[in-house]
Amino acid sequence: MAELSYLEAIREGLRQEMERDSRIIIYGEDVGVRGGVFRVTEGLQKQFGEDRVIDSPLAEAAIIGTAIGAAVNGLRPIPEIQFADFIFPAINQIVQEAARIRYRSNGAFHVPLVIRAPFGGGVHGALYHSQSVEAFFAHVPGLKVVVPGTPYDAKGLLAAAVQDEDPVLYFEHKAAYRSLKGEVPEERYLIPIGQADLKREGQHVSIITYGLMVSYALKAAEELEKEGISVEVLDLRSVRPLDVEAILETSKKTGKVLIVHEDNLTGGIGGEVSALISEHALFYLDAPIVRLAAPDVPAMPYSAPLEHAFMVTPEKIRDKARELAKF
Amino acid sequence: MSDNGLTPELMLDMYYHMALARAVDDRMWILNRQGRAPVVYTSNGHEAAQVGSAFALNRGEDWIVPYYRDLALVLAWGMTPREIMLHLLGRADDPNSGGRQMPAHWGHAKLNILTTGSVVATQDIHAAGLALASKVLKDGRVSVAYFGEGSTSQGEFHEALNFAAVHKLPVIFFNENNGYAISVPSRKQMAVQDVAARASGYGMPGVIVDGNDPVKVYEVVREAADRARRGEGPTLVEAKTYRFVPHSSDDDDRAYRSREEVAEAKKRDPIMMFEARLKEAGILTDEKLAEMQKKIKDVVNDATDYAEKAPLPDPATLGDHVYGTL
Repeated sequence: MAELSYLEAIREGLRQEMERDSRIIIYGEDVGVRGGVFRVTEGLQKQFGEDRVIDSPLAEAAIIGTAIGAAVNGLRPIPEIQFADFIFPAINQIVQEAARIRYRSNGAFHVPLVIRAPFGGGVHGALYHSQSVEAFFAHVPGLKVVVPGTPYDAKGLLAAAVQDEDPVLYFEHKAAYRSLKGEVPEERYLIPIGQADLKREGQHVSIITYGLMVSYALKAAEELEKEGISVEVLDLRSVRPLDVEAILETSKKTGKVLIVHEDNLTGGIGGEVSALISEHALFYLDAPIVRLAAPDVPAMPYSAPLEHAFMVTPEKIRDKARELAKF
Repeated sequence: MSDNGLTPELMLDMYYHMALARAVDDRMWILNRQGRAPVVYTSNGHEAAQVGSAFALNRGEDWIVPYYRDLALVLAWGMTPREIMLHLLGRADDPNSGGRQMPAHWGHAKLNILTTGSVVATQDIHAAGLALASKVLKDGRVSVAYFGEGSTSQGEFHEALNFAAVHKLPVIFFNENNGYAISVPSRKQMAVQDVAARASGYGMPGVIVDGNDPVKVYEVVREAADRARRGEGPTLVEAKTYRFVPHSSDDDDRAYRSREEVAEAKKRDPIMMFEARLKEAGILTDEKLAEMQKKIKDVVNDATDYAEKAPLPDPATLGDHVYGTL
């Protein structure tokens, strides 16, 4: 099995899907000749031609809106939004169109569509190149939202998203692109959407998280191991639908739950996960549910100390988990 | 009449659909005023533009992405009066939405009428997307977006035309310009006289046509469709027309336009004018007309009765079709 970076795993996944299914087209800003600003789609236009890997005009609503039309008319588009922060001009097309077409047509039409977008901070991207936007979309019935945290999951979730008959938002963490590496099988495999993964078993505290924070939580868990604190890490992988069963299982097992996300606190995925635990596992808890998330400021600042203060880090996770273990 | 492929039979059929649309429209207003239909959006006055354009395309094969004004269009495209009434009354068998959408939110998978929402101009982009797939799949289809002039103020109108022109997509942008976006006159919507003038900014032809003349509309749209199928890209068509009644059953147009203005516009009622023209050409006789009117009356009565007796959706289906599989 080859060791690939998170970025390479996504690229290999895209290549494999396009080889398998000629209906797949990729388009977005700079995805063709340049191979994307992060090089995720590098080489794909050369391999599959300009008809299937398209440099589109710089207009997000048109990118998503045309993908909706193309999906209805027989293609399997995988449009890219260059930065998740730029997805908002397309939000009407995603929320009111893609998500509702199956429902409003009583099942007559549907939109098999995968929207890829790099998200997340810690790379001096400032307010408009750092955002976590998953909670906006996780609120919307009709959409599925996945956020892979490892190269292996990145490839398997991509295949599942492409296979899906409904619109899937696929958020990939830009800081993970080259920093995360892992073994990735060459053959195609699917990771079912809505299935969480227990990334580490533990006894004292459960950390429930997703995205880049999975690797941060694992680092924190390793350090706490040395202190005799045994931490379990559940990677949600999909934030809509949530794997309720896995969330409840780990909560009941350790009785202490720390939910971590890079998105800001209020109205984030953590609130939903916390509500599920309160509703279904309250009497298994030995401590209040704790959330660790970005502060409620509009978005991530540029300058290093400000950015660092905003970001959730392995150290912040470690400290919070330790505190919870000692409750 | 010119050599445009329109036979007398086709022109009679055009006339039939225009008159049918007007009759269905009238019936919908009556049902609304009787408290039997919650809301009505009209096509009254737009019949020539809509029917003329439909006849220029491969009905049921090409794609249309209509807006709420397009009753006559979907009738000409093959939706039946029964289906229209099922939609109006929110019945379970409404093929547009199974009773989920407001009236005039058209969509019919079997006829290639794409489902539409309420936010204007979103459908322009979908038409470009349908055409993008047609270009890649080489399926020979043309897609047509229909929209009012008010919606051309939206950014998505611009994005759609630009995208389609850059990629030379087989799509037609068909504007029904009736001069008003509900109450706002077009002079407050745009600083140019004609929507078609905008086409040059995108590198596509912009054609103005008398939207009250179904034959002229037919000719213009046929040319645009031929151009699209030849791979030469999109066309913006502006059909100048007028809406003779309020925007919807909840609107009162006396608040924003004079009765004199409406009366003047009605002198160019597209159905009246086409009727006179067909009679003059010896295509339509008084006898044929009476026969047609009788048929229309029967069809509209049948559709109304059928829909009123049809079952309402089962509340247990509220959660259906959110996802294909979860």
